Amino acid sequence: MTLSSPVFRAFATCVVPEAGGLDTAQWDEMEAIVARAVAARSRAVQRQLALFLTLLEWLPLLRYGRRLSRLDPARRARFLDRVQRAPMLLVRRGFWGVRTLILMGYYGRPAAAADIGYRADARGWEAKR
Amino acid sequence: MIASRSYDIVVIGSGAGGGTVAQELAPLVRDGVRILVLEKGPRFADQEFTGRELEMADALYQDGGAFLTRDGTMTLAFASAYGGSTVVYTGTSLTAPQRVIRAWDVPGLAHGDLTRRSAKYAEQNNVHPLDDSLINDNNRLFVEGGRKAGYLVEQFPVNVKGCRGSSLCNLGCPNQAKQGTNRVQLPRAERAGVEVVTRAEVLRIEPDRTLTVRVSQKAAGTKGAPSEWAPGDYQVRARIVVAAAGAIGTPALLLRSPLPAPRSLGHGFTCHPALILVAEHPHPITNDVGHPKSYFVDHGASERFVLETCMYFPFVTAKSLTGFGAAHSAIMHAFPRLQMILILACDRAAPGNRIAVSRAGSPVVHYRFTRETIDGLVRGTRAAARIFFAAGARRVHAPADPPYLEAADAGRLEERITARHFRPGMLAVSAAHLMGGCGMGRSAADSVTDAWGRVHGLPWLRVADASLFPNSLEINPYLTIMGLADRVAEGIRRDLAATGA
Repeated sequence: MTLSSPVFRAFATCVVPEAGGLDTAQWDEMEAIVARAVAARSRAVQRQLALFLTLLEWLPLLRYGRRLSRLDPARRARFLDRVQRAPMLLVRRGFWGVRTLILMGYYGRPAAAADIGYRADARGWEAKR
Repeated sequence: MIASRSYDIVVIGSGAGGGTVAQELAPLVRDGVRILVLEKGPRFADQEFTGRELEMADALYQDGGAFLTRDGTMTLAFASAYGGSTVVYTGTSLTAPQRVIRAWDVPGLAHGDLTRRSAKYAEQNNVHPLDDSLINDNNRLFVEGGRKAGYLVEQFPVNVKGCRGSSLCNLGCPNQAKQGTNRVQLPRAERAGVEVVTRAEVLRIEPDRTLTVRVSQKAAGTKGAPSEWAPGDYQVRARIVVAAAGAIGTPALLLRSPLPAPRSLGHGFTCHPALILVAEHPHPITNDVGHPKSYFVDHGASERFVLETCMYFPFVTAKSLTGFGAAHSAIMHAFPRLQMILILACDRAAPGNRIAVSRAGSPVVHYRFTRETIDGLVRGTRAAARIFFAAGARRVHAPADPPYLEAADAGRLEERITARHFRPGMLAVSAAHLMGGCGMGRSAADSVTDAWGRVHGLPWLRVADASLFPNSLEINPYLTIMGLADRVAEGIRRDLAATGA
């Protein structure tokens, strides 16, 4: 299970719908940010992440008869909403971990920051706004 | 072959505690006392503070700011750099409340003494309230909303000089306006002859006062200067060791050292768990320009929370919001209209909340939210929502179901915001005021050090950072750390004088 896998992409576009509109270069930039963050974590955490994504991909099969990456967006969102409210802390943690990586990858890009109107500038009050 | 060095005093860490001790002991260099400061992080050049979120978080913070507690339900933010966490805080400088120091009940530690010492550093680091003309809308709305909602809103004194209002304090000031130890105490110490070595991690302290130190190489393409020493392992001998590596670093270092440390080492960890709340105004406001944290509401004594103004960066803001999808994106796209408030719960030392070390010697933070801490966050969230609505916000994003409160909800916040929405693992809680682990007290039976930071049973080993706090401080801790470090330095000078050294 890699960051370019269908399940990661499915999760990412569900968390940030605009990620679906990224071109190849933008998507690569997002993936590179996430890959760097994951690489900085321990092997154990990397294994847990891969395992969690695998579970996420296959669990919907039980309820919807399809893998996560093959679900329509509405069902995908409903499924992930259930995961984020799961009674087990371990599952909620897994959801938050992947969600955090996706948000880092998307909003960590300078273009996304500009797109939402974030304009902080080292020159502060003197910067043209 | 491992290189050996020898010093009279070695200070581990260069933040609010270590930097202060270094400055206060620096005059001893004239008398031939050799003083070394070992800092795990690098020394950054002024132009390296770019204000870019991920780039600076990676460079300055441990684990990029995502150091997790053992159960993964909270991130702890602390810096690793010349100047420690004083490089990344917002410069807010408050003196310790009398009720808190009284409750600590540390024999020999008087509130008046701590206040006097804190005042010395407030003056030294140019602590003052910002001029009204520099206050942005995000802060102004907090004042207006807070007062309308019936709260006592107070202004933070901050330690800035020539603040241009970049709003980037937490990523290291790009204009060198914030007067942390990296700008004030450490340069003074170095000018007086104290040696500061960066990228130098202390792995262990031996009972014979030898420190095993690893100096790391600067990796290609990374920020910061190379170490002042050649990369490799060192054995550093010291007569006096001052551990000031922070509330995570110091207990972890002492735990992995083969020392006869008191049993309570690592225990008593507290941290002000914090939530970022955002609200949407109908029109754009100035929020990402201007000092981000200028006002606060202190309900620590009565309701176990403190509210502070804040303004964060896109990724931190995105991860702090609950939920996902189109609704989450819509809030993010309202960024120019967002007001933010930080809610800090005043936790208390609780059994089980402690610093430990892994088999590899890395720090592991065990932390569980008590009912009281969760209640503090719930009450603080309700108070923040009241302030947002009183300030004119049309929508508040908060842990609720759904996670949006409209103006019509303003009258039923108790019903909408309840503890069931604050289950660990369902919201982004982070903490930056890390305290305890080497608490001061009477004896080794109840604490790690005495009121002068001397480790019980090991008079050559001192602690000078927030790990000394026997319980939560309930306010921003930097001036108190400096005041306590000042005492540690005084104790060392006194002991050296007594032994005729």
